[in-house]
Amino acid sequence: MKKLMLGNEAIARGAYEAGVKVSAAYPGTPSTEISETIAKYDEVYAEWAPNEKVAAEVAIGASISGVRSMCCMKHVGLNVAADPLFTCSYTGVGGGLVAVVADDPGLYSSQNEQDTRLIGRAAMIPVIEPSDSQEAKDYMKRAFELSEKYDTPIILRTTTRLSHSQGIVELEERKAPEDKPYEKRIDKYVMMPGMAKKRHLYVEDRLNRMAADLSADPLNRIEYADKKIGFITSGIAYQYVKEAMPNASVLKLGLVNPLPDGIIREFAANVETVYVFEELEPAIEEHVRAMGIKVIGKEIFTRQGEYSANLLRKAVLGEEPSEAPMAGLPARPPVLCPGCPHRSVFSVMKKLKLHVIGDIGCYTLGAVAPISVIETTICMGSSISTLHGVEKAKGKDYIKNWVCVIGDSTFLHTGVNSLINSAYNMSSGTVVILDNSTTGMTGHQQHAATGKNLKGEPAPAIDLVTLCHAIGVKNVRVVSAFDRAALTDALKEETAREELSVIICKSPCVLLKGNVFETKIRVNGEKCIGCGACITCGCPALSKDENKKAKINPEMCNGCGLCASNCRFDAMEVMEVVK
Amino acid sequence: MSVNIMIVGVGGQGTLLTSRILGGIAIEKGYDVKLSEVHGMAQRGGSVVTFVRYGEQVREPIVEEGQADVLIAFERLEAARYHHFLKKGGVMIVNDVVIQPITVISGATQYPVDVLDSLEGKYKIVKVDANEIAERVGNQRVFNTVVLGVAARFMGVEKEVWLKVIENTVPPKTVEINKKAFLTGLENR
Repeated sequence: MKKLMLGNEAIARGAYEAGVKVSAAYPGTPSTEISETIAKYDEVYAEWAPNEKVAAEVAIGASISGVRSMCCMKHVGLNVAADPLFTCSYTGVGGGLVAVVADDPGLYSSQNEQDTRLIGRAAMIPVIEPSDSQEAKDYMKRAFELSEKYDTPIILRTTTRLSHSQGIVELEERKAPEDKPYEKRIDKYVMMPGMAKKRHLYVEDRLNRMAADLSADPLNRIEYADKKIGFITSGIAYQYVKEAMPNASVLKLGLVNPLPDGIIREFAANVETVYVFEELEPAIEEHVRAMGIKVIGKEIFTRQGEYSANLLRKAVLGEEPSEAPMAGLPARPPVLCPGCPHRSVFSVMKKLKLHVIGDIGCYTLGAVAPISVIETTICMGSSISTLHGVEKAKGKDYIKNWVCVIGDSTFLHTGVNSLINSAYNMSSGTVVILDNSTTGMTGHQQHAATGKNLKGEPAPAIDLVTLCHAIGVKNVRVVSAFDRAALTDALKEETAREELSVIICKSPCVLLKGNVFETKIRVNGEKCIGCGACITCGCPALSKDENKKAKINPEMCNGCGLCASNCRFDAMEVMEVVK
Repeated sequence: MSVNIMIVGVGGQGTLLTSRILGGIAIEKGYDVKLSEVHGMAQRGGSVVTFVRYGEQVREPIVEEGQADVLIAFERLEAARYHHFLKKGGVMIVNDVVIQPITVISGATQYPVDVLDSLEGKYKIVKVDANEIAERVGNQRVFNTVVLGVAARFMGVEKEVWLKVIENTVPPKTVEINKKAFLTGLENR
């Protein structure tokens, strides 16, 4: 049976067909749909873990016990999971273990553009990379075989374009291998120095064997055509080569770490000019150069952003599209939704002129105009410890007008450890948890405080207030994000207090099903003087009409009333909606 | 050769659903097909682009500058932003409504109301107020299916195939209204 599938759905399907039994992940664009798809198969145990480190360890445990397992993450999630995975490279596996890692060239939804192939190299973990949905499924199955054959975890690397493109996939039946019995092997699974020294030798030997054995594997293939020009490429970049220069010769690498020298040397010997066409870092290029082969690479192709066939045409053939984009068009950056509780919280913080340290989530959008409240964003869970660092550098008085904000899901990801540090090291900072009862930005995934698990079944919900108390935070209060008076008081009092405090702004994400305000806002044109105060909250449902008076798009308005609370002329009327 | 379609709009306008219907059409007609979608941060009210390509064999999943046969735009400014992706003489279907971006709302810049005027003659431009038509059909939210109906006039696929694919793609409760919206766009009612 053939089916149109996202790259991410195909990865999940491949894992299913390969007989995977345990899957763990934390959501992260562009990897999220892998877990959402695998969760639909009854034969697979799948869970959201609080972060990628935990997810990787769950997969490692399942593998050691003798079953096939996987963990999924975005590229920066691999940094969080790096600790267990770097050492799992030494221990090897019981049942096959695959870590799926999704890179984001072009930063569609990320804070950096790091290249997982380089981390695979540093961890000495083999990396394979498919170029379309069908290969995503096939390579996933091959990854489990290789994992078991070479006693190694495997990274399957994907990118945003591959993960979020759909292509036709031929579905096959699930063939689950027999569970292996658990073996007690302290030489392999207890990584203390004496054992790890020996495993390090094994790891080096493993990489050498794989590079040699897999040179002729179908993962890598040469497509000879015109031998004047040859491209070494992998992943989605392969498709751009075939699109732009269908008559050129191509070496398509599926195994991108370790790189298979044999087939690379053969290809280079048979074509006149060799180009290396790879998105992000020159991982293949540097290796091929080190082999003494002359290539053209990053001197004409960029390290930044996504590639395309047009990029290749321009760099190699000097061809450019005839039509240019229109100049001077207004940008349309993403914005917080109408009715978003974060906007209400930010409007209060702005009024109080607070410095706000941010974190990763929808609320990062609070950094840009016209909200312009957030001043730093580094990585998941960083806000609390960053504020702590500012305080320890500059003193308690200095941070009297500072707070940090962190979402509920991000808090449980890695914010908890930071709060422990702030409590233990006697911070006096004010932490605001923007609790919208979901993982918002990635498309509403459950987490440990929502009361449901990945499969949608009821689950225990962590009580954030009790958790903060247990950590040792004495001052914890819960305020509705839309109660601006109470929130103003809370922020004034807690920032003045010379003790650590947590304010939990609890209001569900406006996109969650069933969370619709029972009101709409209407502009009274008689009362509106066109001062524009309402507009400053940055709601996309608001604009000005031809007379400069406020105008509300009734289809977009969710009725939160934030604009009304900014109006000094009572021109914004709240209407009950008849359901 | 492949047919290259590009759907552009504002996050939340349903470009994904439209591209998935087009993907279903390609499958139904027995073509190879690739779709490229946008998930994550960009969806939050930002400018979004999805691509559909079908033909004998499709390589890259994206449509690039100068290659689109059809550009379906759910908003006027977005039509202008991506016009150069069209081939010379390509078809531009525009839902001729204005959604002000935050950069305009905040007063940082002006919305260029006559932004499409300079493109007349370059492409075959069809403007439609699909929001108004959708309202008339019975639900403002199916405006994107109205626009798809207009685009279908230029695509040479049988009406029955469209209706079958729509039935298989949209949420079950909305099948009838989506069919009605599609036909209204297709037949210019």
